[in-house]
Amino acid sequence: MNAISSLVWFARHERRLAWRDALSMMTAGRPDRERRAWIWLGAFAIALHVIAYLLVRNFVAKEMHADLTTLIAVTASILLSGSAMLSQAMESVTRTFYSRSDLELILSAPVKAERLFAVRIGAMALSAAMMSILLMGPFINVLIWRDGWRWLSAYGVLIAVSLVTTSLAVAITIKLFQWIGPRRTRLAAQITAAIVGGVFVIGLQTAAMFSSGTLSRLSVLQSDTVLAHAPGLDSPVWWPAAAALGDGADLVWVLAASFLIFLAVAARYAPRFAGYVLAASSVAQIARPATSGAHRFQILTPAASLRHKEQLLIMRDPWLISQSLMQLLYLSPPALLLWHNYGKAGGAVVLVPVLVMTAGQLAGGLAWLTISGEDAPDLVQSAPVKPGRLLRAKAEAVMQCIGSVFFPFIAVLLFVSREQAFFASVGIGAAALSSIAIQLWFRSQAKRSQFRRRHTSSRIATLAEALISITWAGTAAVAVSGNRLWPFSALFALFLLFCVRWLSPSRLP
Amino acid sequence: MPSSLTSAPPALSITGLRKSFGRPAVDGLNLNVRAGEFYLLLGPNGAGKTTTLRMVSGLLKPDEGAISIFGVDALADPIGAKQITGWLSDEPMIYDKLTPPEYLEFVAGLWSVPGDVAAARSRDLLRWLGLEPHARERCEGFSRGMRQKVALAGALVHEPRLIILDEPLTGLDAGAARLVKDVLQEKVRGGSTVLMTTHILEIAERMADRIGVIAQGRLIAEGTLTELRARTGREGATLEDMFLSLVDEDRAAE
Repeated sequence: MNAISSLVWFARHERRLAWRDALSMMTAGRPDRERRAWIWLGAFAIALHVIAYLLVRNFVAKEMHADLTTLIAVTASILLSGSAMLSQAMESVTRTFYSRSDLELILSAPVKAERLFAVRIGAMALSAAMMSILLMGPFINVLIWRDGWRWLSAYGVLIAVSLVTTSLAVAITIKLFQWIGPRRTRLAAQITAAIVGGVFVIGLQTAAMFSSGTLSRLSVLQSDTVLAHAPGLDSPVWWPAAAALGDGADLVWVLAASFLIFLAVAARYAPRFAGYVLAASSVAQIARPATSGAHRFQILTPAASLRHKEQLLIMRDPWLISQSLMQLLYLSPPALLLWHNYGKAGGAVVLVPVLVMTAGQLAGGLAWLTISGEDAPDLVQSAPVKPGRLLRAKAEAVMQCIGSVFFPFIAVLLFVSREQAFFASVGIGAAALSSIAIQLWFRSQAKRSQFRRRHTSSRIATLAEALISITWAGTAAVAVSGNRLWPFSALFALFLLFCVRWLSPSRLP
Repeated sequence: MPSSLTSAPPALSITGLRKSFGRPAVDGLNLNVRAGEFYLLLGPNGAGKTTTLRMVSGLLKPDEGAISIFGVDALADPIGAKQITGWLSDEPMIYDKLTPPEYLEFVAGLWSVPGDVAAARSRDLLRWLGLEPHARERCEGFSRGMRQKVALAGALVHEPRLIILDEPLTGLDAGAARLVKDVLQEKVRGGSTVLMTTHILEIAERMADRIGVIAQGRLIAEGTLTELRARTGREGATLEDMFLSLVDEDRAAE
């Protein structure tokens, strides 16, 4: 088989795997749900288009030209989706290195593995582009509809950005591999990916907070300081933005440059992938450095044993730590705002709902890990403990983690206002307990390593978790702003929770 | 067979046990395991061995039937039955991020074993199973054999009166398999009862006090090796010959 035909053959193999993987994710592994999944996907696409229309219509009404303000706004949007794509691509590269799946078969076969890895790098770029098109596509479509075909070139820019970010992700991960070795790269890459995914938004919010005292990102981008320090209109910095706005020549340059970067990275690093994969696969066989000192047994009740075990596993889970870190990173701008506005009431109005929302999301993830992601279900089930007590102990473990993460924020809020600290505590507790309850009602046995795919097992649970967290966050915002209508919002959250319970499969013992 | 075995109350009594997953997996099974014996359950793939053991261990709910463990009704009082039972599956399920002593501490906690007792037993088990040099390492880097040994230590740390093992020797090398067999025989000598499934007939011949042959969810033959030989009318036959003859006989009768 020559180079081109083997590349094509590998590409077909990858396409088939990717398609079946995507279908399995959409249908949660149940082929009978395929039709329903397509209907949901269609409804989701329509909803995104409606949202995009509502957000973009005023923007379009201003008749956009490639002036500095517009170029800055479009460049920021490209950077925003670029940071998300970079994060996703780093995740994909790390997964390629560390999940063995079919790699042992391929590496033991008499074929040039670099061709497969070149195809896999291409697949990562395609996957990043598809994800970005799924989210940004509705906005582009609305812009095409309202402002003309020139916006079609924005799709070209998304493809260019996906090629560049994937190339960057490959280069960063391989450099990490070279600098810190296979054992540490996994955690470092996961944490870097998590930070990269949020750093642009957080940076803009932080800058906005210090410049205008708000969390609005647009206020920074349209500020006099940014306009004064921005490069001139003829600078290559604006080429991607100009290309997105319909400049054909700039689009050609941007696409050509991104393809060149991608080809250079694929040619340079694909031949080395096999070596890195082999190094990564040996990591699991290398014993971790032994802990010092003999283990001291504690006298624990069954419930305390479970809580202790869950906390140990959570603390030792690098993927979970990186995800939690990312969620906590999003807390930093409102936390800074609180510090900036220390002594004024305004800060807490922003901080408290963010705290409540984050608590709900974090508790949902942790509850999935402790309740559904049990690696030794037989052992736990065969223990002489009532099933209800087991579940309660797991929920308690989650609440202890939530308590330790959010206690510092509550402590600071206590100095600002006892009332706000009270509402924040109640909101955090309600959101966390709601998420735990949802995970209990929708639990299905899985492995901890399937955490990444927990959303596919029940989309109702995922949506409900987000919706109820938002409702509790809204309730907390209403309460800390001094509005006495907050009990109605709380009742609405409880009503939603009741509806979710009604929709859930009755799996409680 | 020690005379005490015949007078002791049954370690396990199964009556009319049924479980169906669309088609019957266990179909009116009756089985008695005496206290202090090493009982081996043999059967072809899909005979219902694992389903039976999972029902006895409280991991599956039967459709019909009764299970009694040392006189404790396992369906009416599952907690009481689990307290005196240890379970080990063919796939070692342990926590990658815990060290063996941490894992054993967790298991001991689930069975409410006091900390000092659990610590002493864990030390003994880890030494016995050759895991002492790895006691400070997390299980994530362990081979399958080592993981199975950790899981076995977990099944024994609360000193169960009835030890239930589903294909515990699958995938183990000769050394590890020998170690596990020695540990189980030692436990039986110490008064525990072992109920185990295996496909390795040589183990059944060498270790079992009694053998039960199960096919299509029913017990088709039971007894010592000598009794089974007499039943099949094949003096001097190996267990493999007898096993195949019994299964073929059952299939022909269908």
